[in-house]
Amino acid sequence: MLLYALKRFLTTIPVLWIAITVCFFILRLSPGGPFDGERPLPPAVKQNLEAHYNLDKPLVQQYAIYVGNVLQGDLGPSFTSEDFNVAEQLKLGLPYTIIIGGAAFIIAVLFGILAGIYGALWRNAWPDYVLASIILLGLILPSFLLAPIFQLIFGVELGWLPVGGWGDGELRYIVLPVAVLALPHIARISRLMRGAMIEVLHSNFIRTARSKGLNTGPIVLRHALKPALMPVVSYLGPAAGYLLTGSIVVETIFGLPGIGRYFINAALNRDYGMVLGTVIFYMVLIVMLNLIVDILYAWLDPKVRSQ
Amino acid sequence: MYHSFLKSVAAFAVSAVLVSPLSAVTLNIHNGGDPTSLDPHKVSGDWENRIVGDIFEGLLTEDPGAQPIPGQAESWTVSDDGLTYTFNLRDGIAWTDGTPVTAGDFEFALQRLVDPATAADYAYLQYPIKNAEAINAGTITDLGALGIKALDDKTLEITLEQPTPYFLGALTHYTAYPLPRHVVEAKGAEWVKIENIVTNGPYTPTEWVPGSHVTTVRNDGYYDAENLKIDSVKFFVLEDASAALKRYRAGDFDILTEFPTDQYEWMKTNMPGEPQVAAFAGLYYYVINHNKPPFDNADVRQALAMSINREIIGPQILGTGELPAYSWVPPGMANYGEPAHFSWKDLSYGEKIAEAKAMLEKAGFTDDNPLSLQLRYNTNENHKRIAVAIAAMWKRLGIDVSLYNTEVKVHYDELQRNILDIGRAGWLADYNDAHNFLNLLQTGIPNNYGRFSNAEFDALMEQSNGMLDLKERAGVMKQAEQIALDQTAAIPIYYYLSRNVVSPKVKGFEDNAFDIHRTRWLELAE
Repeated sequence: MLLYALKRFLTTIPVLWIAITVCFFILRLSPGGPFDGERPLPPAVKQNLEAHYNLDKPLVQQYAIYVGNVLQGDLGPSFTSEDFNVAEQLKLGLPYTIIIGGAAFIIAVLFGILAGIYGALWRNAWPDYVLASIILLGLILPSFLLAPIFQLIFGVELGWLPVGGWGDGELRYIVLPVAVLALPHIARISRLMRGAMIEVLHSNFIRTARSKGLNTGPIVLRHALKPALMPVVSYLGPAAGYLLTGSIVVETIFGLPGIGRYFINAALNRDYGMVLGTVIFYMVLIVMLNLIVDILYAWLDPKVRSQ
Repeated sequence: MYHSFLKSVAAFAVSAVLVSPLSAVTLNIHNGGDPTSLDPHKVSGDWENRIVGDIFEGLLTEDPGAQPIPGQAESWTVSDDGLTYTFNLRDGIAWTDGTPVTAGDFEFALQRLVDPATAADYAYLQYPIKNAEAINAGTITDLGALGIKALDDKTLEITLEQPTPYFLGALTHYTAYPLPRHVVEAKGAEWVKIENIVTNGPYTPTEWVPGSHVTTVRNDGYYDAENLKIDSVKFFVLEDASAALKRYRAGDFDILTEFPTDQYEWMKTNMPGEPQVAAFAGLYYYVINHNKPPFDNADVRQALAMSINREIIGPQILGTGELPAYSWVPPGMANYGEPAHFSWKDLSYGEKIAEAKAMLEKAGFTDDNPLSLQLRYNTNENHKRIAVAIAAMWKRLGIDVSLYNTEVKVHYDELQRNILDIGRAGWLADYNDAHNFLNLLQTGIPNNYGRFSNAEFDALMEQSNGMLDLKERAGVMKQAEQIALDQTAAIPIYYYLSRNVVSPKVKGFEDNAFDIHRTRWLELAE
């Protein structure tokens, strides 16, 4: 198992290198630069800035400098933030993203699985339909719509929860963003869970269990749950990746200091260092999450383990 | 009994300590973007100016109406030739660590600003100072050659390249703030970190959570500290204007520095008096490419400019009532008076259309041979609305318009490289002088995207440079403006408005053309 994990980890290094290289050159070839904007700079000033950030050197040399720095753990400066470099910004934003994303992840998994089981047990009866409609709503309402609606209802009109901001990190500040983030994932997980559960409940070994006189409760918990979780587990990797890298929509609308907003803002600002920094960070995270999912898979499914 | 009494006394003491900072008056401002830095040489946005201008102060500073008033300098004299300014600093001014602010701090700061190694993107604002441009461009390497000298700790002498009527106004700008030489030299680039920074303005920063907020508190060592009504300011980062409005309604913010234009009508009805819209020294315009036929034909340019119905753009398309622009210089710039205007300004829209059509026909464009052009704008809801409306107006002349939008970086990159037929642009004044707008049309200026080039215009601008008589200077610049308008150098569309929402609790917020409202002048009623 350890060897397997190590091997998986080593294969990610060339992948990472290719991603950095491709990303580096695509960024530089895209039109517009970090210092173009509403207020064009006099040529002398632009030259000074480019020299300051090594942008006046040949592209290949810049690439060598960048890769060299990354190998030494230096992600370089950010053009849109003078006082915090790329690594510092990621470090500062990460706790917020982990709290919000982590809470959303736990809630999505918990509620998603419960709703899925519930839907499977009440299949095609009214509780299933009610649940399915709520879930459908969660799926079709994009977060940029859901977030303002929640803000209006719970923040402005009812005044129950803060409309946005982090405050002092109290629970009430994270309720709305977590709800908005979790809802679509609850929806997806519950659909996966429902489908898998229905399938498992129809399989032979469950029929055997039933014929032995077991009740629905123990059947679901002891026998059906583990095999039915398989498709959900394969979805957890990407879901965790998405939630833990933060959501630009939720962070922007709720004004949260996480790292999600860097992904798009940095690209629009041609903030080369920040784009590459986030790509590296994102890749490492995804690779690690996939590794965890693979290990979980092996634990859940004996067939995977024996291979 | 005795024990519990002691306990309650202790509890009271603790709560008194805890409560006193809480009862301090805190102003919560929705400030838009995340600041790039707190270093005045590294910033360029209005959201950064709000913070930096509260924590530092230059020789001059802004009054509630954004007019220059004495700041760290108590008084000054100007030589008869308008080239040498001598400033006397106030007594008792100090950095927040107690070190006195000296003339040397100003000399140091301005040398650092123009030093190419600093790579300050706003350095050009102080180019009126002798040798500033040459040092910034690297042709002079001796920083000491800059026209600024600390004669002693209290006296500073600044020498200019040529008389510059707006120079005192330019000194209120953050590029002219002093820096704590002792801290910058000791800490290098780290001087600006929240744990190192010392400032000389009415406030000083105590906390910065990137992506969330910057907190400043009053500087009791500031010379006018006794008149500060607000103890602490929180500048919140929030780029979504609709979300900001919701948080304002929930009571999170006292001031919004931007609002969604489509909510303006709703706000006027439901929160009367709170949305504040004021003339802003800025121009929204379309650039025409003078290098590309048929736009090198003045008749074609005039037809395009004439056939835009500016009267409906502010009230109907934007919804906030921006005033139509028929001049190149916005009204209300200092030392200028009423700007020049298009000769056809007062025709009815019907007459303008008829004349424009005739001019196009004269240039050879008819229904069988229509003029076709590409209209470029940077991706933004309002730019799109305006482009669609103007394209529809031009269609009435039989012009075939295709719209082309790109993200802002690409848009400006291409404008600068002169890749355009017609392109959207805007300009907000850096300093209160008509020169700042007219300069955009001079030959050889990078911001002259359309490459308008007119010898007579350039000669008049050259002549106005260095003129000491302000009235005469305004006359010469107005002649230049009239030439630019007669030639349709570009197409002015509307003058910008500033959009704030101000809670009725906030007192002292004065509308002004630069949208600068220093916290020093504000008050927050309970």
